[in-house]
Amino acid sequence: MTAMPLTLSGATRAHRVESQPTLKGDEGASLTVRGLVKSFGDIQVLRGIDLHVPAGQFLAIVGRSGCGKSTLLRLIAGLDRPTAGGFWLDDDRDAEPRPHEVRIMYQEPRLLPWASVLQNVEVGSGRDRGKPASVARAREVLRSVGLESRGDEWPSVLSGGQKQRVALARALVSHPGLLALDEPLGALDALTRIEMQRLLESMWLDQRFTAILVTHDVAEALTLADRVVMIEEGAITLDVPVDLPRPRRRGSLELGKLEERILDQLLGDPPSVPRPSSRSTHGCSANS
Amino acid sequence: MSDVSQALATPVVRNGTASIRREWKARFLQSNLTQWLVPTAIVAIWQIGSQLGLIPSNFLPAPSAILAAGYRLTLNGELPTNIAVSFQRAATGFLIGGTLAFAFGLANGLSKISEKLVDSTLQMIRNIPNLALIPLVILWFGIDEGAKLFLTSLGVFFPIYINTFHGVRTVDPQLVEMARSYGMSSWDLFRRVILPSALPSIFVGVRYALGIMWLTLIVAETIAANSGIGYMAMHAREFMLVDVVVLAIVIYALLGKVADSSVRLLERLCLAWHPAFQKR
Repeated sequence: MTAMPLTLSGATRAHRVESQPTLKGDEGASLTVRGLVKSFGDIQVLRGIDLHVPAGQFLAIVGRSGCGKSTLLRLIAGLDRPTAGGFWLDDDRDAEPRPHEVRIMYQEPRLLPWASVLQNVEVGSGRDRGKPASVARAREVLRSVGLESRGDEWPSVLSGGQKQRVALARALVSHPGLLALDEPLGALDALTRIEMQRLLESMWLDQRFTAILVTHDVAEALTLADRVVMIEEGAITLDVPVDLPRPRRRGSLELGKLEERILDQLLGDPPSVPRPSSRSTHGCSANS
Repeated sequence: MSDVSQALATPVVRNGTASIRREWKARFLQSNLTQWLVPTAIVAIWQIGSQLGLIPSNFLPAPSAILAAGYRLTLNGELPTNIAVSFQRAATGFLIGGTLAFAFGLANGLSKISEKLVDSTLQMIRNIPNLALIPLVILWFGIDEGAKLFLTSLGVFFPIYINTFHGVRTVDPQLVEMARSYGMSSWDLFRRVILPSALPSIFVGVRYALGIMWLTLIVAETIAANSGIGYMAMHAREFMLVDVVVLAIVIYALLGKVADSSVRLLERLCLAWHPAFQKR
């Protein structure tokens, strides 16, 4: 396994922003969602979501499978059209969205098997693909996910975790304002998963994009996110800030307490009942 | 002392032969010559059988006699001319039928409207054995080039059409969604996602079509032609030249093998990304 670049994970986010003045267009995009409704036939999957995500925030959305969390993410990423309501970026309701504003990372890597690793990363450059600057940028991002030496190989020879790292590089190559993550770590084994969480955190600390992570793993949400939102039956039922220093230690007391609180609501348990191990229980099974 | 060393040496030696055997097996499997072993043996047995008089020469001439016939016909120019004529017919028919099939396969795979309009008609035509059309084709074209081209094009069409259609239709929708969300234009989507994804299936169609191409051409040439390998064989039959008849059959086999091998080479070049074509 290639060594992971973790140089930035020690710095807190506030420190980062302070030490490096941000440039317009290079920072995360804020997201405002108003009265978002999505129906499939007679079934209303989202019933009027209101949400504001400030620029640069790491938001995690948790919920049972079928609760509508993935649908919300797909709407934000522009893969589906809302039935009613809407959303906009950068607090600018009427502006045309910037190109490459929103990128999505799926549960599957979705790499083109007939393109080399580097070419796959370049897919993320959109219309700039093939220009020398975009090739250089693709190499740079590939290096930052620790796969610099694998650029000329076919994706089929990579492991599952490495494929997801290529997918992450592809999503970030265009400096997106917002990265939508649809359970991208759901199919990975436990160790690779922790490695990927660290990588994701360090990339986020480095590039300051806004991140929205949909996950069924409450512990993962709490390790990574500034704020956790719970969706139940198409509506937001819980919205808690996670005000803990980074990097967060797995299994720390504060995380454990928060996790228990969220899981209790998710499972509908009375808060007084002690639960033996909250880590081993997931909010919902694999995303539908 | 010598007993002990012998006792110790025996298993080592056995181990040695086992590893040598394993190495031989690996070399045997790797070598390109291995696949020619059985054909060579058949030809050798055939030659010996002929020379011993076990196979009557008016039933099946010896390989050497067939080679001699080949040499004779090459010298008087009959063989090269007929091979060129047959090859040209095969290539033209393949090109016409293959291009049409590829176009229809793509159109019907990409567009529901096109599929609704055309597919059921094509499926109906597909169920007619194309050699059943020979009487009609002779009425239409006589024994002109048109007859052969029509039949080979028709024979080549369906395998390529069906496999192209299937290849395009079974493109992973998740990859298409990914490509669209990354802002690929329709042309880029086609060139970078749909076509490469359909390519393995298209190659299956091409290889299958090549087989049908020779089959159709042979039949068409033996029934309605005045040139080509098939004609040469039929003509030789009238003069009881068994060696020329067998020569024609051997040449068909070789041409078929050459066509298949070149497509396999092309396949290996185009599908290098595919796990099935990667060197282990």
